[in-house]
Amino acid sequence: MKFWLGALGIALVAAGVAMSGINEYFFFAAFVVLTFVVLATAWNILGGYAGYVNFGTSAFFGAGAYAAVVLFQWLGAPLPAQIAAGAAMGALLGFGVGVMTLRLRGIFFAIATVAVVFIMETLMINWRYVGGATGLQLQRPEVMAPFATYARMLFFFLTLMAIGAVAIARYIQTSWIGRGLRAIRDSEEAAEANGVPTLRLKLVACVVSGALMGAAGAPMPMYLSFIEPASTFSLNWAIGALAAPMIGGTIHWLGPVLGAIVLASLQQIVTVTISGEINVLVVGVLLVLFVVLAPDGILGLFKRWLKRSSR
Amino acid sequence: MKLSRRKVLKAGAAIAAASTLPRFAIAQAKTVKIGMSMPQTGPLGAGGQAALVALRMWVDEVNVRGGLGGRHVEFTVYDDQTNPANTPGIYTKLLDVDKVDLLIAPYGTVPTAPIMPLVKERKKLLMGNFSFQVNAKVQHDMWFNNSPWNDASSWSDGFFAAGKKAGAKTVAILAADNDFAQNLANGARTLAKKAGIKSVYDQNYPPTTKDFSSLVRAIRAAKPEMVFVMSYPPDSVAIIQAVNEIGVGPQVQIFGGGMVGLQFTPIMSNLGSLLNGVLNYNSYVPGIKYPGIEDFLKRYAARAKEAKVDPLGFYLPPFNYAIGQMLEQAVNGTNSIEDAKLAAYLHKNELRTIVGPIRYGTDGEWAHARVVQAQFRGVADKDIEQFRNPSRQVVIYPAAYKTGDVITPFDKARKAK
Amino acid sequence: MTILGLPSELWFEAVLFGVLLGCFYAAVSIGLSVSFGLLDVPNVAHPAVMIVGSYFTYVLWNRGVDPILAGVMLMPAFFVAGVLLYRFYYESFEKRGSEAGVRGLAFFFGVAFIIEIGLTLGFGVDQISVQAAYIGSSWEIGDLRIPYRMLVAFGVALVLTFSLSLYLSKTFTGRAIKAVAQDEPALRLMGANPVRIKQWAFGIATAVSALAGAMLIIVGPVDPSLDRVFIGRTFCVVVLAGLGSMTGTLAAGLILGIAESIVLMNPELGASWAPAVAFGLLLLVLGLRPQGLFGR
Repeated sequence: MKFWLGALGIALVAAGVAMSGINEYFFFAAFVVLTFVVLATAWNILGGYAGYVNFGTSAFFGAGAYAAVVLFQWLGAPLPAQIAAGAAMGALLGFGVGVMTLRLRGIFFAIATVAVVFIMETLMINWRYVGGATGLQLQRPEVMAPFATYARMLFFFLTLMAIGAVAIARYIQTSWIGRGLRAIRDSEEAAEANGVPTLRLKLVACVVSGALMGAAGAPMPMYLSFIEPASTFSLNWAIGALAAPMIGGTIHWLGPVLGAIVLASLQQIVTVTISGEINVLVVGVLLVLFVVLAPDGILGLFKRWLKRSSR
Repeated sequence: MKLSRRKVLKAGAAIAAASTLPRFAIAQAKTVKIGMSMPQTGPLGAGGQAALVALRMWVDEVNVRGGLGGRHVEFTVYDDQTNPANTPGIYTKLLDVDKVDLLIAPYGTVPTAPIMPLVKERKKLLMGNFSFQVNAKVQHDMWFNNSPWNDASSWSDGFFAAGKKAGAKTVAILAADNDFAQNLANGARTLAKKAGIKSVYDQNYPPTTKDFSSLVRAIRAAKPEMVFVMSYPPDSVAIIQAVNEIGVGPQVQIFGGGMVGLQFTPIMSNLGSLLNGVLNYNSYVPGIKYPGIEDFLKRYAARAKEAKVDPLGFYLPPFNYAIGQMLEQAVNGTNSIEDAKLAAYLHKNELRTIVGPIRYGTDGEWAHARVVQAQFRGVADKDIEQFRNPSRQVVIYPAAYKTGDVITPFDKARKAK
Repeated sequence: MTILGLPSELWFEAVLFGVLLGCFYAAVSIGLSVSFGLLDVPNVAHPAVMIVGSYFTYVLWNRGVDPILAGVMLMPAFFVAGVLLYRFYYESFEKRGSEAGVRGLAFFFGVAFIIEIGLTLGFGVDQISVQAAYIGSSWEIGDLRIPYRMLVAFGVALVLTFSLSLYLSKTFTGRAIKAVAQDEPALRLMGANPVRIKQWAFGIATAVSALAGAMLIIVGPVDPSLDRVFIGRTFCVVVLAGLGSMTGTLAAGLILGIAESIVLMNPELGASWAPAVAFGLLLLVLGLRPQGLFGR
């Protein structure tokens, strides 16, 4: 109950902010931060809960983006329909990847997900309808009332999407699915021996994770009014989606949210004040630091600090 | 102390102005902010750096003259790394954070294409910078390109004409999969069909391709008489190197056409004699007489030397300086910096620049094209200054600027002096 | 006559070029064969380290050193770096057990990114290349032109593969490395320190990467983001070979090289599909025969 009240509060605040007079660039930057919140939450369902490291976030993200473009070019579909298409495409790809987990573990699974990224990118490069390697300019339709600009509208929709993603992650974490996934993470053989339906659980995790990533990708073409394969399938999305939960904490749904907000905001600040390249350095350095020094992330540090201060 | 008349007049005007304006207006000097991103690194970086020197030179010179319509020009530039994914964010920042008044496009089709929908939506004037047909789909009515071409035929006509003269009936087309090359390739394919030229090889390659030996081998196997290449600087270099390593076959009459980068001074001096025989487009080569261009090149050379950038400045710098000249004429002609008014002026009037008179068609491109096709001849290795000599790039087309005839076949032209 | 879309006169050239390319791929993957194949270190930063080798080769070349010589000169320094890197990895992750597996993977991923951005900041995003007498000219046999730079890579690859193979089977440390890969507890019981052996092996793998990087920049221009596409190629070769097999790496490299070459020269597919060949082959192998061709 508390969760839903909090969620409603956030949604109202977001709507209010979107109507306010804050500098336009805030929405432009916040959009990217919220995208990473969704991606990190989605990643953690498979990576944090089940222990299957996915390097291929960009494949699902890109699949969602291109699904949205196709629907837009073909039918002139509105944003909610595009998001649904993105989620569907992501879910489909997630199912395929889930089947892969039958044979692959650990680093093999991770490398296979990288392979999926490059293959998706190559497919889009060779598909002229969506622009090929050149890319496609998109003419956005008039922005929906009551929002003044696209950046504001997308900001609000993405806030809703983030709330939805977190709600789903929270449900999975606290339900029997989450328990099953934790068992898989600790020891897949033991889980199987104990009758845990490992394949079904892994498929659920992959499909849900993929769908959320695809949904996150769908608004991107509208955000830029342009799409092209190289930046859409860039490994930068993958490393951000992976670093955020590592930094925030992988056990609880709050971890990816914290990690994404901290990481992506830092990146945006660096981009505006220093340069675009250094912002990727920030991700790499923070990732390595946290993975080595604070394996349980910010949440872990917080717990340790709480324990220490309660003594 | 001798006071020039200008200085006295200026001082007098300032005092008069100061006494009539209310207090707070005196506190803020009038400025106009011009913003853009320029590829300073990445595939177009070498060209972009030279273009930037010319633009900064114009900004300094116009400020000395009293500013743009009396307003001091503040110039904000970012590096987009020739990456089309960077430009929408940069131009949004320019508009919303830096709050610039006037926009100039980045150099090149690839970084410019993504911002066209954005500037149309925000109703901003955009001064184009050597892009090709980037406004074709968006049809923004406040777009003005500085490049001397308009559609594909303005570009390919010269190349195909040279080939036909040598009796060529077949063509191989090799195009990068980016906005520029694809626009040009699509136009070239239609023109080839109309001219009765048969296409024996037609391939797109992804912009990240680094090794062209297999592609060149395949082209050679198709036995074309013309090879029309549309490429960006790193690919252009790699293709020229591959052609020298592997060869395209003795039946090729002409090779080149749309290779970007072979006009950048660092690439020209790097490739040296490997360039010989290539027939490629250009915007300006020594020998073409535009009013005021020789003086510009001298002033530019001094600044380029300081900036440690292309000392010749043939390809982009004059046309970037022309952007500034056009803005100046529009602002002075309308006495405003409003996008719509400037756009109306630019559409109606003929503009005088150091690259000749410019008149715009309704699509924002030049009404009359002036692209040249020139053949490299007798180029030696490791010598920049040799390119000041008109005989190194013989202009084949158009007739108005012709300085020689094309030498065919390609293998023969490579050895010619 | 066309077979698989390729005209018959191009087939011979495609295969020949594929063999040269394949040996080059084997050479750049061999370091990974040792570090991942034998030692199970999830080193996704291997291609990035190789690119660092390319850049240092470039720096030395700028001072007048021949690229191949530069690569060899870099090997000792890279050996030391490899030892230190493994030590760090071991202390932070491997020691703490299997849960650290996920983190170890994330660690190397982060390292690869840091390397890439570091190179971009230090050298810019633009391509760099080197020049030498054997770069740019070809060996002409009839209508055939074989670029010398590919022959150089081919030669070095053969030398590397065979010397590493010999080392692993004939020398004491070499055999200890193979032993630690097969049965670590047994080795410990025999009094040898597995950590020191693994450290040594990782150092060798990294040193080999230095030479591989030199060859990379001889074969073509290099830029900081090149490691991304080589993750696919190197892992494809190592997995296809079967973990731990050196000669298998050569064979797998050849298969990849020829497959890529055929796709490249095909007028229908061409350069747009070539990058996907390595990854597609990788997925195929992982799906059908994960232990590879010669796996242990």
